[in-house]
Amino acid sequence: MAIFVNAETKVIVQGLTGGQGKYHGLRNQAYGTQVVGGVTPGKGGSDVEGIPVFNSVAEAVAATGATASFIAVPPKAASAAILEAAAAGIGFIVCITEGIPAQDEAKVFNTLLRDYPNTRLLGPNCPGIISPGKCNIGITAGEIAQLPTASGPNVGIVSRSGTLTYQALYELKQRGIGVSTCVGIGGDPVPGTNFIDCLKEFQADPETHAIIMIGEIGGSAEEEAAEFIKANVTKPMSAYIAGVTAPEGKKMGHAGAITSGGKGTAQGKMDALRAAGVKVGLNPTEAGDLMAEIVATL
Amino acid sequence: MDLFEYQGKQYFARYDIPVSPGDVAYTVDEAVAAAEMAGYPVVVKAQVQVGGRGKAGGIKLADNADEVRLHAGNILGMDIKGHLVKRVWVEHASDISKEYYASYSLDRGAKKHLLMLSAEGGVEIEAVAVSNPDAIVLLHIDPVDGISLATARDAAVRADIDAEAVDGVAEMLVKLYDCFTRGDCDLAEINPLILRPDGGVHALDAKVSLDNNAAFRHPEWDEFRATEELDEREQLARTHDLQYIGLEGSVGIIANGAGLAMSTLDVVNQVGGAASNFLDIGGGANADMMTAALEVINSDQSVKSIFINIFGGITRGEEVAKGIVEALRRVELRAPIVIRLDGTNAEEGRSILANAGIPESKLTSKPTMLEAARAAVALAKLGEASAELSTNERSN
Repeated sequence: MAIFVNAETKVIVQGLTGGQGKYHGLRNQAYGTQVVGGVTPGKGGSDVEGIPVFNSVAEAVAATGATASFIAVPPKAASAAILEAAAAGIGFIVCITEGIPAQDEAKVFNTLLRDYPNTRLLGPNCPGIISPGKCNIGITAGEIAQLPTASGPNVGIVSRSGTLTYQALYELKQRGIGVSTCVGIGGDPVPGTNFIDCLKEFQADPETHAIIMIGEIGGSAEEEAAEFIKANVTKPMSAYIAGVTAPEGKKMGHAGAITSGGKGTAQGKMDALRAAGVKVGLNPTEAGDLMAEIVATL
Repeated sequence: MDLFEYQGKQYFARYDIPVSPGDVAYTVDEAVAAAEMAGYPVVVKAQVQVGGRGKAGGIKLADNADEVRLHAGNILGMDIKGHLVKRVWVEHASDISKEYYASYSLDRGAKKHLLMLSAEGGVEIEAVAVSNPDAIVLLHIDPVDGISLATARDAAVRADIDAEAVDGVAEMLVKLYDCFTRGDCDLAEINPLILRPDGGVHALDAKVSLDNNAAFRHPEWDEFRATEELDEREQLARTHDLQYIGLEGSVGIIANGAGLAMSTLDVVNQVGGAASNFLDIGGGANADMMTAALEVINSDQSVKSIFINIFGGITRGEEVAKGIVEALRRVELRAPIVIRLDGTNAEEGRSILANAGIPESKLTSKPTMLEAARAAVALAKLGEASAELSTNERSN
């Protein structure tokens, strides 16, 4: 088991003929992901190293039976690409595009909610998702993810930051702890999938025994997650929140990472998570150590 | 990007939102010319991106050219909470019957747009939220639908906007929403939105924050960018396309990825140091980016050590190492580097660094983030102490 994706997931890459799409699409395929097609308007009928390219998502779905899409197109084209995938019946969309205007993101999110309630969007501006040994959609280097074991215990990872997602994978690999699924939800203000969506799935996933959550300053997603954890998550958790020392009112690289008016601070988020029974580390390594302690008791 | 009041008003005007007639002035003479155009009496307002201008003496009423001269002369060059006043906005003084508040922003939790409207304007809305929360109408707007005139009117009625102003305010709300969405604002705020004795309404102030991600479809933003107030380090970083924020400490930071960069600041802080900056070098981390990043950090005199924290995901360790070696050939650094290189091909990377013939006084490698932070902080403290020592020697 894994969440959102598995070994059967068939993926198309929107933007497969572009630099990013080709590089990561082929890497995902090399990892073992079923990359069954690509979409680039006007380039239908060609192929990228044997992967067929289609003019539209609808054509690609009809020809390949794809259920998931990996979107690697520039910010200007990303919103339309997401809605095209949803309209073609894709159930799971991963969008790694960084720099989509917030107005577009808000519109896309609410359009999906209303018109395509069965489509899940991961991202934008996220590293993607990996279920080690089964499926890797996005830009995560597969080799840094520890394979889960049949007997467990295995850990699920959910993170708002790209490099800290890798860091979390790496911390677990160093300690020989298996990963069930690792989800990077991305650092933008309106993520398609949030912490709670992932926590819900991890809680229900029999292959996940404990969860690491990596948050950062800005917004209130971590506080809302803490409320959810308190009420619904029985699996043990560790967490880390980046940005304890971030100055107020400055965007720390990610569009969503900004504290304002004393809200969205790392301290407030850590307090909320601790109150929900989560073990909070002050750096990623400490969160890894805390998870190792948890796993040792399982 | 935050706009100055005058830029916000110019931006509002593009979306047909009425503002007072006026102009921006950089000199006393320009201020007088602007006043003659606007018609007396006028208000001379300091243009700084900080609250409390009025209390600091940055907003003055003038009835004639001499008074404009006096006030503009005082205000230009004034320091308001650390912000130097370089320009004033001069506008025709409005007769005010009532002051309201209106703003649009994104409610990240609800993932909808949020209208805030209140009949108690002219004061900080945060204060109203505390003293009289019922006086603020909060309305979520689905970005797919937008706001209709009828909905806006209903909100105005619910907010107890005076009957004679309801229609004007409702129209204003529709226009402001248009500015907020089509104009790609993170925040569009009017405080105060005034009702005049003649029954008209207009924006007496403008607070606008633009979404940098949307700059590609707004060529008109270029002029705003030119007046953005960045420190020298931030200017240099911008020319190299680096995500850089200047801070007060002595440990220069270079990391790949925003999250890791933030985390690096935290760890440095945790072991008793302070970062001089936030710098995300991005996924590339090649020789050119690394050179640019080191140049920016090197230009900062307060930097006493440099902590490079790279996690190789897509970025491979040996490429990062080659980039650093090449960058060190190009830039003569004033401070020693501590590097933590981890992830994909990290060992190859470390061995490239070890065999590059760089003396240990210039570059040390540490296996973990925490150890590297400790080393960088120790070096920074050493650097600060020796800098102090040499200052003392000079004064002796």
